[in-house]
Amino acid sequence: MDQRLERILPRVQKPARYTGGEYNQIIKDKAKVELRVAFCFPDTYEIGMSNLGMSILYHTMNSLDYVWCERVFAPWGDMYEEMKKAGIPLYALESGDSTSKFDALAFSIGYEMAYTTVLDMLDMSGLPLRTEDRPDLLPVVMAGGTAAVNAEPMAPFIDLFLVGEGEELDNEVLDLLRIAKRENWTKHEFLTRVAQIGGVYVPSLYDISYHEDGTVTAITPKDGAPARVTKRIIENLDASPFPTKPIVPSTEVVHDRVSLELFRGCVRGCRFCQAGYVYRPIRAKKPETLVQQGIETLKNTGYQDVTLLSLSTSDYRPLPGLCDGLLEYCEPRSIGLSLPSLRADNFSMELMEKLQKVRKSGLTFAVEGGSQRLRDAINKNVTEEDLLNTCRIAFEGGWNSVKLYYMLGLPTETDDDVRGIAEMANQVLHCWRMYAKNKNRGVKITISTSCFIPKPHSPFQWEPQVSVEEYLRRVNLLRSSITAKNVTYNWHDAETSLIEAVLSRGDRRVADAIELVWRRGGRLDAWSDYFSVERWMQAFTDTGVDPDFYALRERPVDEVLPWDMIDVGVRKALLIKEREKCYRSELSPDCRHQCAACGAAKLLKEIRCDE
Amino acid sequence: MSDKLRLRFSKTGRAVYISHLDLMQTMQRAFSRAGYALKYSEGFNPHPLISIALPLSVGAASICELMDFRLREEADLTELPARLTDALPEGIEVLEAYEADRKCAEIKWLQIEGRFEYDERDPAQMTEKLREFFSRESIVITKKTKRGMGESDIRPSIRSIEFSPAEKAVTLKALISAQEPTLNPEQLAESLRQLYPEIAPDFAKFTRIETYDKDMNLFR
Repeated sequence: MDQRLERILPRVQKPARYTGGEYNQIIKDKAKVELRVAFCFPDTYEIGMSNLGMSILYHTMNSLDYVWCERVFAPWGDMYEEMKKAGIPLYALESGDSTSKFDALAFSIGYEMAYTTVLDMLDMSGLPLRTEDRPDLLPVVMAGGTAAVNAEPMAPFIDLFLVGEGEELDNEVLDLLRIAKRENWTKHEFLTRVAQIGGVYVPSLYDISYHEDGTVTAITPKDGAPARVTKRIIENLDASPFPTKPIVPSTEVVHDRVSLELFRGCVRGCRFCQAGYVYRPIRAKKPETLVQQGIETLKNTGYQDVTLLSLSTSDYRPLPGLCDGLLEYCEPRSIGLSLPSLRADNFSMELMEKLQKVRKSGLTFAVEGGSQRLRDAINKNVTEEDLLNTCRIAFEGGWNSVKLYYMLGLPTETDDDVRGIAEMANQVLHCWRMYAKNKNRGVKITISTSCFIPKPHSPFQWEPQVSVEEYLRRVNLLRSSITAKNVTYNWHDAETSLIEAVLSRGDRRVADAIELVWRRGGRLDAWSDYFSVERWMQAFTDTGVDPDFYALRERPVDEVLPWDMIDVGVRKALLIKEREKCYRSELSPDCRHQCAACGAAKLLKEIRCDE
Repeated sequence: MSDKLRLRFSKTGRAVYISHLDLMQTMQRAFSRAGYALKYSEGFNPHPLISIALPLSVGAASICELMDFRLREEADLTELPARLTDALPEGIEVLEAYEADRKCAEIKWLQIEGRFEYDERDPAQMTEKLREFFSRESIVITKKTKRGMGESDIRPSIRSIEFSPAEKAVTLKALISAQEPTLNPEQLAESLRQLYPEIAPDFAKFTRIETYDKDMNLFR
């Protein structure tokens, strides 16, 4: 180990997250590989090591024998200071080698507040931030993850984006990079060639022109880059590689357990939900595959918990059979099984009893809107009756803690809708009084609200966000409407949401502000320890970026949107139709009742959607 | 066979940064990976019956760690070390497994080795001064206790200590009190920082070598 590092580590918090050496890490002979990939997660070790996507792609990239892919995370503040002081550059955990020597830096960007950390990790690697200032082919800087559906705010910094699911795409790009390295291509040559791979978006191959009012006039591809980049997907998830030997951290991380992914996509079509649109079409894994992979992973890791991941667990058709299959293995071994993302409408007594056998946790419901009218408007198909029924079953079953999640500032929301949230909490409380098995233990009802952020590729991508002042007015209205003392109310701060809204629907001009925030010390902005709204607002002012233009402005539907070159499969016409239905408070049936012909099925060649 | 079993293991290299609590979790998972079922406590919140003697500070290495455990079923103790080592992260190696007939409370002395690094100063000269310093009758340092700052004489906890010059460093071998009172080897360097900063090393690191009882018999 580097002597400088050895001297620092005893002084920082949780040093084990900076050393590597965990069980199941992949070590290769660096003399025998052709490409070294630094898989960079722009957040802490604890967050990154909890990310299933990262775990999957670490293994798929390492399945190429000419590639050694290693993990890189952002150091926490104390470690960051120590590394700067000692002149230690960012390094990869497996080998301890500086990332500046790698052939590729591959970022997984899951959320906007990670942008400054991406810049910081480039800088800590000794690399210039902007793609135009990195003339050499190597290292190539690429990025994938949800942020790639609107890559524009990070466009000047990243050489190429990988849009969609990476299991096949990442390796196709690495195959080409291997040839490029062998044959000494120029960076431009590589970028024009890689742009021909489906799902690859090379921002420097697109010219963006603007109207005087700041809106986009046109997006013009050059050097043969496609006019639209279509998201990549994996068709057959059962046949797709899944890491049954994931790395087991030697120190505590956020999700320290076996994660099984039930399906990708969502049948629901909630209009505010970006994930519900950008991850289509629906593709499920077979329960047999999941049970087998679950048991194998438990054996290989020694974990004591399994969790099932998807956007809506209750919509997994073979859920009861899957639970039976897993419980058969887990119960005798005291292994816990948890099911997040259950819906209030089809949560069954049977399922609850099954889980109760092992462990009982609190119930969380994402209700989102305070009235039936509003829930219809956002197509969140949960009724008060469903929710109260579920609560009744839960209270009868001995649960005594319920969390209700809402958004404030949804399109068409009125003050009555806001007050409706408090009423719903009262109804839940009433339900507890009627049905609770054991009232001595009391009940805890928690309401949480966040400020709605309109997202690209969702039906609300044209909508204005409510202002910070308006959000706080609604928060106060709700606070004053809550009277019961068993009801706790937490609200997210509005300012982070405003910054997120700017970045989420930003264009390339926002990049200057991101860079300035970083230059002024911004990093790990997803953490309240480090986030500074003043720093962001000042950077917007100093770079001439008007946050209201991006966050609060309603866009006409015929406006060219900065992310229009990215095709996630869903047709824009459907998004427009869904938005119109919102204004009529009209529900759309879920995909299983009636296919809306959203367009995502065109991505499938061998199977049918939700087969 | 008695169901009280003991492991002797080493913790070196990158593994020295795994904290005591995390090590317990790591050990528990390693047993499971190696196919051994640990015995659990009874009660509302069952936990595996394992305990590691003399928690090691983060950053310190050891080749003589001891962990007590119980298994649900009898196991071949000769093959257990290799199987468990295969299931452990880099840097942790199980040296032997055996039935424990003595209590870890009987451990009194620890043999340690240390390395005081001096980037700019002359090791030979430092060695001289270190020998002189540690031959004092008493070495009283102030340290944080639960009740604020306290004073303590570490000299009685050092049974023997010897220094030899090395490349940009001075190495030490010492026998120090393992418990009642516990001397954290780091306090050897700390005493210099407090009482004789001129010879305080730029960096100090330690390795536990062996455990002894009060009569200086090997403890197993």
